[in-house]
Amino acid sequence: MFMKRTIAAVTALTLGAGGALAAEAEGHVTDFKFPFEGVFGKYDQAQLQRGLQIYTEICSACHGLIYVPFRTLADPGGPSLSDDAMREYAASFEVFDEEIEDFRPAKPTDHFPAGTYPGSPDLSLMAKARAGFHGPGGTGLNQLFKGMGGPEYITSYLLAFTDETKDEAGTIYYRNPVFSTGWSAMPPQLYGDDVEYADGTEATAVQEAKDVAAFLMWAAEPKMMARKEAGFISVMFLTVLTVLLYLTNKRLWAPYKPKKQI
Amino acid sequence: MSGIPHDHYEPKSGSEKWLHRRLPIVALIYDTLMIPTPKNLNWMWIWGIVLFFTLVLQIVTGIVLAMHYVPHVDMAFASVEHIMRDVNGGHFLRYLHSNGASLFFVAVYLHIFRGLYYGSYKTPREVTWIIGILIYLAMMATAFMGYVLPWGQMSFWGATVITGLFGAIPWVGQDLLTWLQGGPAVGNPTLTRFFSLHYLIPFVILGLSIVHVWAFHTTGNNNPTGVEVRRGSKQEAEKDTLPFWPYFVIKDLFALGIVMIVFFAIVGFMPNYLGHPDNYVEANPLVTPTHIVPEWYFLAFYAILRAFTADVWLVMLTDWMTFGVVNAKFFGVLAMFGSIIVMALVPWLDTSNVRSGRYRPMFKVAFWLFMANFVLLTWAGAMPAEGIYTNIALIGSAYWFAYFLVILPVLGVIEKPLPQPDTIEEDFNAHYGDGAAKASASPAE
Repeated sequence: MFMKRTIAAVTALTLGAGGALAAEAEGHVTDFKFPFEGVFGKYDQAQLQRGLQIYTEICSACHGLIYVPFRTLADPGGPSLSDDAMREYAASFEVFDEEIEDFRPAKPTDHFPAGTYPGSPDLSLMAKARAGFHGPGGTGLNQLFKGMGGPEYITSYLLAFTDETKDEAGTIYYRNPVFSTGWSAMPPQLYGDDVEYADGTEATAVQEAKDVAAFLMWAAEPKMMARKEAGFISVMFLTVLTVLLYLTNKRLWAPYKPKKQI
Repeated sequence: MSGIPHDHYEPKSGSEKWLHRRLPIVALIYDTLMIPTPKNLNWMWIWGIVLFFTLVLQIVTGIVLAMHYVPHVDMAFASVEHIMRDVNGGHFLRYLHSNGASLFFVAVYLHIFRGLYYGSYKTPREVTWIIGILIYLAMMATAFMGYVLPWGQMSFWGATVITGLFGAIPWVGQDLLTWLQGGPAVGNPTLTRFFSLHYLIPFVILGLSIVHVWAFHTTGNNNPTGVEVRRGSKQEAEKDTLPFWPYFVIKDLFALGIVMIVFFAIVGFMPNYLGHPDNYVEANPLVTPTHIVPEWYFLAFYAILRAFTADVWLVMLTDWMTFGVVNAKFFGVLAMFGSIIVMALVPWLDTSNVRSGRYRPMFKVAFWLFMANFVLLTWAGAMPAEGIYTNIALIGSAYWFAYFLVILPVLGVIEKPLPQPDTIEEDFNAHYGDGAAKASASPAE
């Protein structure tokens, strides 16, 4: 019953969620595809900008992004807003300045403000903090082979709400089989057409969820592309070095290993 | 330095002689690098170099990270994010350092298990073995304290659980716990002392590693046959050995290259795979994570710690016999530390006078079961401590102790070993042909 509803809830909203392996107690996380997956994966600038729009218009009502400085919105590889757009965007937030002991419009060097709603977690690192060990027996194999992690979780979570609610000591909880306890304090947010995308993309619920998940991945790991590039260069360089060492070693030992000589 | 006869450094020029009379450092380096090494060493003998490289990598990356890290409960987590976002190359340095810990343990486990299989701990290499175990313990302490520094949820709760172990010691436990934590609970004093020790202990490891190398340079390396190098004369020794430089340095560097390719691929493409996602949530003393799990390299010992619950008859018996002093919690702590102590004592627990497992048919079975058991315990340690998992952990723990305390002592008595080669040369030629014998008469310089 539980599984049935979980799978139904997610697959109904997603296209081609094939190979739905039985998930764990957390419920089913679908392996959504993101452009930043894989060795050569890159953030999609347009998607990050759409995600930023979702964050700004919906998430930021309650949540914060305290580790993300506004200036990084203009960094290449991220949402890459123009310098003016970034400054204008920053100024739309009010931050508390300890020097003047008052609120003022944010400057590029300021960070996003903290969440205002009590108990709403900060989202700066959410895409890495929810990268759980999905897969048979908690082995993390789905994470290893399919690259599943935080963005897949966030997308699945945002789409997994059912209509059920419960009232516990005056707090309303919303049924969400993907959430660890099964009941989320956050009400469902995405129904489709919740925003009007500046780039004209059709704002389906799946599109919105994926976009904001991608944005949050960038917020959590802004240096992902630099890291992959450094990793790739390192692996290439080490491969060349290792081949040379292999040949050196072979030649060095050849007089002592006549059987192995060709 | 070595007991194996070989050429020693002779200062030739005037300046070499001048320095040699005052500080024979060139001789030390020469003798260390030119040590005669059994020429039949296989690919399991590469982990020493990998470990040395990793130690240097960890110290270098760690020193740079320490320049940007702030050991304070209010700022530690944010300072790590500062490293990840603002410090030039900081994200890569930190991932190198955090995954470097995993590399360190992969290498040390393979290094230890190689020693267990080929009997490297047996006489006359007991001291090398004991120092190795001390290094391993120091590594565990360093890795544990390093994991606390980012001050995430797992840092905090891991620190609470592990320091809490010492609280289980009767009579002095609570005082010891307060002393370790620097207060009534894990807090800022805990973080600052862990930072200080996390910086210090690697240099202790470095010192111990040098002594470790000194010890086996005195006895000579073990090798896959377990047969000693002939030491009658230099000519005889040269039939069994080749100098460490260049033969083994190049071989080890080649192996290191392959290990580094895998390591950099993990750092570059999946740097958080081996970590726990909860550690990206800042420490919160008011919210306990549902599963508190240590890093993968501690899981086997964590499983042993949790295996001995109050309903195990052995625990009940011990509890009753010690009038409750050794209760289930303390029993678990004793079992965890005991599991490493029995491993440290293996030179005296293994009664077989055949060194290499290659010639011990019954030992081989017990050893590979021990390996499978280690994997099983690691998996059990990651699972919640309930139901079938505790039973599996208990069986695994029982085998761990049985291997050292029963199987190894008994096998030495009842096992009939296979014939061993008389010399290393014989073993080497059997693999690589007789031409090797002629060539080795005049080793390349």
